[in-house]
Amino acid sequence: MRERPAKDFGFDTRAIHAGQRPEPYTGARAVPIFQTTSYVFEDPDSAAAYFNLQEYGNTYSRIMNPTTAVFEERVANLERAAGGVAFASGLAAQAACFFTMLTPGDHVVSSAALYGGSITQLKHLQRKLGFAITFVDPDDLDQWRSALRPDTKVLFGETIGNPGGNVLDIEAVARIAHEHGAPLMIDSTFATPYLCRPIEWGADIVTHSATKFIGGHGTSIGGVAVEAGTFDWSNGRFPVVADPSAAYHGLAFHETFGVYGYLMKLRAESLRDLGACMSPFNAFLFLLGLETLPLRMRRHVENATAIASWLERQPGVTNVRYPGLPSSAYAPLVRKYLPLGAGAIFSFDLPSGREAGRRFIESVTLWSHLANVGDAKSLIIHPATTTHRQLSDDELAAAGIGAGTIRLSVGLETADDLIDDLATALKEVRATSGAAARSESGSRVKTNG
Amino acid sequence: MTVRDIPPRWQDPVTILGILNTSETIAIVGLSPNELRASNFVGFYLRRHGYRVVPVNPRETSILGERSYPDLRAIPFKIDAVDVFRAPDAVPGIAEDAVRIGARALWCQYGVISFDGGRVAEEAGLGVVMGRCMKVEHARHLGRMHWLGFNTGRITARR
Ligand SMILES: Cc1ncc(COP(=O)(O)O)c(C=O)c1O
Repeated sequence: MRERPAKDFGFDTRAIHAGQRPEPYTGARAVPIFQTTSYVFEDPDSAAAYFNLQEYGNTYSRIMNPTTAVFEERVANLERAAGGVAFASGLAAQAACFFTMLTPGDHVVSSAALYGGSITQLKHLQRKLGFAITFVDPDDLDQWRSALRPDTKVLFGETIGNPGGNVLDIEAVARIAHEHGAPLMIDSTFATPYLCRPIEWGADIVTHSATKFIGGHGTSIGGVAVEAGTFDWSNGRFPVVADPSAAYHGLAFHETFGVYGYLMKLRAESLRDLGACMSPFNAFLFLLGLETLPLRMRRHVENATAIASWLERQPGVTNVRYPGLPSSAYAPLVRKYLPLGAGAIFSFDLPSGREAGRRFIESVTLWSHLANVGDAKSLIIHPATTTHRQLSDDELAAAGIGAGTIRLSVGLETADDLIDDLATALKEVRATSGAAARSESGSRVKTNG
Repeated sequence: MTVRDIPPRWQDPVTILGILNTSETIAIVGLSPNELRASNFVGFYLRRHGYRVVPVNPRETSILGERSYPDLRAIPFKIDAVDVFRAPDAVPGIAEDAVRIGARALWCQYGVISFDGGRVAEEAGLGVVMGRCMKVEHARHLGRMHWLGFNTGRITARR
C-alpha cells in the first residue's frame, strides 16, 4: 500500500487530495473530465451487478460520473461524512434530500431565517407534495422543541442564516431532533466545511450550494448533499427509507447498505428519478475551487471582519449583522461553532429605508450589484427588492430583513479599496438624503406661502 | 459492548489490507440465500473479486452456487478467513472453530460485536477485524467505492 492509512491528514491537505488518486490509466495528475453520458460494460454479468447495486459500477452519468465522484468524495471527506451526492444546484440537493425521507403528510420544522429561495422551495413542497412545515425562530430552542409533532420527520436550518447572520446552536438542535427520532439537516453554504463541520456537532445531513464559496469563481451552479451515516433510519419512523424498494426488486436500502443506506437511496432513487445531476465539467470547476478553499476563506474572513468593524463605526449605519463582530449577540456561538471566522456574508441597515438602499447600490462602483454570494468578487444587493421580494413584510421581519437592509458578500479584493467604495456611496446617500430633505422643506414653504 | 468500545487494533487498515491481500478462501458464517440480504451482497461481491466464498449455513445445501456447510469444522479444505454474519453471542464459539480449523483471520461484520470472540481469535494469533464490512473495506482500499462518492478516507499521490 503506497499511502499512509492511519494518519489523519489536515484540512488543507484533504481539500487538495481527498477523493482523487492520479488517474491509473494515463497518470494524469489533474482530475480528468470524463465528459461522457454512459459507460461500456465489461460483460452482461457486470452490467446486471451494477444495476442490482451488487457492485460499484458506472452505468449512466445522470446517476454517477467519475469526475463528479471526486467532487462528492472530497466534500464528504471535508465534512467528515460517509459520502456525498452532487446535484445541479443547491436547491436541487435540498429537494432531493427531502424527497428521499418524506412522504405526503410528514411534518418538517424549519428555521424561518433561511435563504429566500429555500423558504419558497419549502412552501411549494408543502403545497404541491403535501408536507406540513412549521417555521421557527432559529435562535429560540423552545420554539424548535414545541414545534415537534408525532409526524415530524426532519429539522432544517442554516449554519449561518441568510441574511440575518443567525448562528445556529447545532449541537442543541441536533439533540432535540434525535430525542424525537428525527435527523437534523443543515444548509452550511455560508460556513463552508472549512469554517464549520455540522456533522461534528450531531447534524445528520449537510447540504451546500457549491455555486458559492465552494466554487468561489462564480462560474457554475451546483450543489451537494453529504450524510453522516450514523442516523438510525430503521427506527420505525422512516418506512420510506427502510422498507423494501419496489424499484430494486424489494431491496431494503438501510438494512443492506447500513451506514451507506440513505446515500445509496439518495443516488440510486432520488437523483435517478429527479434527474438534477451535476455536469462533469462543473464538478471539475468546483474541484479547482475546493483546492484553494482554506486560503480563500481565511482571506474572506479577514476582509469581512475589517469591513464590518469599519461599517459599525459609520454614522447613519445601524445593525451591522456580522456574527464575527465582538458586539454580536452570536459571539458565544461563533466561538463554539465558527472559531476560524463567521464567513463573509452579512447585512446592515441604512436609516431612510428603501430609497436610501437603492441610492447606495447605485453609488458603488467596485461592488457588483447581483444576486449571488460567495464569489472572489465583492457583491452587493438590496434583499427587499430582489432575493427576498417574494416574502411578505412579516416574513421579511422573521428573516431579519428591513426595507433599508443591504447585504454584502465580501470578496478577496484589497480591503481598503472595498472600504473606499462603500465610504463614497455612504457620502452620496447622506448628501442626497440631505438635499432631498432640504428641497422637500423648501417646496413645503412654497406651497404654504 | 458497543461500536464505540471496539479496540482500534480491530479496525486497523494494515490488518484489513493484510487479510484482503492474502486470503483466497473465505468462509461466510450466516450467509443468506436471499439475494436481498447484506450477507448475500457481500458473498456475491467477494466472489466477483476472485475469492472462493464458502457458505456456512446449516439450513441450506447450496448458496451462490457453492456447497453450504453446517459449521466451520465440517469444511474439508483450508479456510484463510472467517467472515461472520451472526448474533454477537455466537461469535466466541465461531472464533474457537476458526482457531481449530487453522484460519488466519476472524472478521466480524457491522453489529457483530463480541469482545470475547475477538479475544479468543487474537490470543490464538489470528488477525481480527470487528464492526467493519468486508465488501466495503475491499471496495474502499482495492475496489471502486470512490466511483459512487463515498468517503474512502484515502489520500495518496501515487498512481
Ligand atoms: C444559503 C443558500 N442556500 C442555498 C442556496 C441555493 O443554491 P443554488 O442557487 O445553487 O440552488 C443559496 C443561493 O443563493 C443560498 O444562498
